[in-house]
Amino acid sequence: MSTPVSTTGLPPAAFALAAHAVEATGVGKVFTTRAGAVTALEDVHLTIGAGEFVALIGPSGCGKSTLLRLIADLDTPTSGELTVFGRSPRAAREAQDYGIAFQQAGLLPWRSVRANIELPLELHGVGRSGRTVRSTELLELVGLTEFAGHFPHQLSGGMQQRVAIARSLAEQPSLLLMDEPFGALDEMTRERMQTELVRICAESRAAVVFVTHSIPEAVFLADRVVVMSPRPGRIAEVVPITLTRDAAGRDEDLREDATFFAAVTRVREALHGDGHVRAARGVDVR
Amino acid sequence: MTPAPERVRRGWVRPLRRLAVGVLAGLAAAAIWELYTLLGPDAGGHLFGASLLPRAEARSMPHVWDVVARMLAPESSATGAPSVAVAMLQACWFTLRVALAGWLAGVVAGFGLAIGMQRFRLAESAVFPWVVLSQTVPLIALAPLVVGWGGKIQVGDLVWERWMSVALIASYLAFFPVAVGALRGLQSPEQAHVELFRAQAASPWRTFRSLRLPASVPYVIPALRLAAATAVVGAIVAEVSTGTKGGIGRLIIAYAQAASGDPAKPWAAIVGAALLGLVAAGLVSLLSLGLGRYRHSEVS
Repeated sequence: MSTPVSTTGLPPAAFALAAHAVEATGVGKVFTTRAGAVTALEDVHLTIGAGEFVALIGPSGCGKSTLLRLIADLDTPTSGELTVFGRSPRAAREAQDYGIAFQQAGLLPWRSVRANIELPLELHGVGRSGRTVRSTELLELVGLTEFAGHFPHQLSGGMQQRVAIARSLAEQPSLLLMDEPFGALDEMTRERMQTELVRICAESRAAVVFVTHSIPEAVFLADRVVVMSPRPGRIAEVVPITLTRDAAGRDEDLREDATFFAAVTRVREALHGDGHVRAARGVDVR
Repeated sequence: MTPAPERVRRGWVRPLRRLAVGVLAGLAAAAIWELYTLLGPDAGGHLFGASLLPRAEARSMPHVWDVVARMLAPESSATGAPSVAVAMLQACWFTLRVALAGWLAGVVAGFGLAIGMQRFRLAESAVFPWVVLSQTVPLIALAPLVVGWGGKIQVGDLVWERWMSVALIASYLAFFPVAVGALRGLQSPEQAHVELFRAQAASPWRTFRSLRLPASVPYVIPALRLAAATAVVGAIVAEVSTGTKGGIGRLIIAYAQAASGDPAKPWAAIVGAALLGLVAAGLVSLLSLGLGRYRHSEVS
């Protein structure tokens, strides 16, 4: 899978058609609750290029998941303009421009691992042989080939999450939306999954919007870290990450690299928003 | 991980064991019955004039073997009369078919209602109270009405027959657990699954077929079984209150009239009615055999 061109007759990835994966101009979202109006997002300006990996980070209530849900057209913005590959989020959703993975794997318990991965293909009328070819590729990609016939309850949490990621990649989306996909995993599995995700993204060349609570995770994965602040949710700062990476992506050594720590510190300062340098060392700043 | 062999073994052993336990429970009930006829007071137990314990003499509580013997003996003294057991089984077969028709109609109506209520929230708030209310109307109040309406129905060659009224009344009881169970089942998929389908731009019909329907199986199977039992009860009560001949309901009444001279006879009809309910519920359980994979508990 060195190119994003499909072997299953799916339309080629759309990233060649538009310069930007996501373009948000003054996007806001107000939820009307019984207690009154709650501003979840205010005046968000953000452009995400094709193939770019952007992490959204911030405390609870900063609207990072809301922003992701707006891009996915699971909610609609109440103000501003939002486009995904140059069209409305709704059109992008209906055209299947993105793949999505949530914090919970969300696998259907009555489907085997393979059938879960094939679900998006099945929903869009891809034939049986095409589905089998694609799911075999994906099973290999996430290292679950020998578990193809298993059911979700027979897998560990990490394996379930890998199935969910394979499912989100099934249609070779040019945009991947991930809402804390590793949030429920233990630290070791989490780091391994991060390394795998970097590899997968390098291979699929998809743009990624990745919501996370973890600073090291955001820094390790992203090209840019979007730091958000709450009440009302808005973008506080965008931190570009320039790590020395090799052609194959990022490897484990990077986690102990000085540039990595420097980037972690910059993101943390942006999160605290006051410019003061606080305990900058140490990795576990989740 | 190789769970397959274990599952195969369980597939055979568990039903057999359940059958054995069921038979044992039947034998235990018979033993307790006999023990009471042996030890209980013949005149019954009274406390301050109130009857607390049933009479243990043979007229009120015939011995189990007497009931069995009575079942094997001819129904009446008329020549060529079938044995009680045969008459009972024939009546059960009649009632089972009527109950099955009622069950089918009830399942279709209940499921249809559930789909409508799941699909349109307004329908749920408008219809659901009526669904609950429907079960507070006594069946025997409905029976004459249904028979009366039925007598006026004639569409082409279709003539409304008495058993159809009975089936309709049975379906009136059977639709309720299905409507409630199916609604809960169709509403059971978690938010994440619903949003996954929405993100895939899946149509409501696809979401129904690939998500809601499979997710509803663990709720629907017990509802179907319950509906089978209520369809049998509904059919028996409807037979009695509409005066339909040929079924176990009629048999219960006919045999009860013989109670004073032939005390074992009514029990044969009661055993038949109980067996009928068991068979109906068992038949529905067969439906669930191929649906094991839909009954896994939810993951993550």
